[in-house]
Amino acid sequence: MQILIGCLALGMLVCAVMAIRANRLVVSSLWLAALSALLAVLIYAMGASRVAVIELSVGAGLVTVLLIFVVGIAGDEATGGKPLIPRAVSWGLGLVALILLGWFTVPLVAPSPPSSQPSLVSLLWKDRALDVLIQVVLIFCGVMGILGLLSEAAVATVAGRRRAAQVPSAGTDSEPVMEEGRAQL
Amino acid sequence: MIPFPLIIVLIAVLGLLGVGLYGLLAVRNLIKIVIALQILGKSALLALIAAGRASGQVNLGQSLALTFIVADTVVAAIGLALAVRVRRRLGTLDARELGKLRG
Repeated sequence: MQILIGCLALGMLVCAVMAIRANRLVVSSLWLAALSALLAVLIYAMGASRVAVIELSVGAGLVTVLLIFVVGIAGDEATGGKPLIPRAVSWGLGLVALILLGWFTVPLVAPSPPSSQPSLVSLLWKDRALDVLIQVVLIFCGVMGILGLLSEAAVATVAGRRRAAQVPSAGTDSEPVMEEGRAQL
Repeated sequence: MIPFPLIIVLIAVLGLLGVGLYGLLAVRNLIKIVIALQILGKSALLALIAAGRASGQVNLGQSLALTFIVADTVVAAIGLALAVRVRRRLGTLDARELGKLRG
């Protein structure tokens, strides 16, 4: 059991590092999907089978489809060059966060015996009913937000602006070009 | 119940947290920033399940993890939609270009 858990944990770390290091966004998305699949197996091994199924379908399925769909729309653009924050500072901050978190959490790992607990259905629909309602509102807000962000047609694209700037005569001649850029959306 | 090596899971949680944090700080591509956020989210999800397992309340951990999965997915979807809008408006996915926005 320990070997299986260790292999899963190691595989997850490798997938996470490769998802960050991969140059192409599609490859990063696939590494993230592999990470989600391994996480689902690990969660299943921990006894949380329902969350494992949802993580496999949502994390490895829906989010990956969303990512690849967005990469298809926005293009697989490689953004190289100097990062916003120097890499040494990033590594330092990450290490400090890890050390602090490990310092506080490792002493807490003392498994307590399983006690009597309510069922998941009872927990979700009775004890945490307000949270479930908020989840529904959150999903609704997310869908409405995505629709609002993606369906707004009155935005001039960069190509439309460039074409408009290239037209020598200003005024009414540039309007059809801008309209053409908007129509591309 | 099979004894579970929680310390290995905790090491995985810390490792995923470190990789996600590094990606969040060091990466400039907006879609990759969303991917780094997802890795951070996986770390938190695993921590919730491990905490439920350690305290003997697996179902409580599962219910919290379900809420977290919903929130994390909505965050990813909104973040990707914003990335598409930035790409359409600025022509690039570089987060550095967002600093040039005015108004």
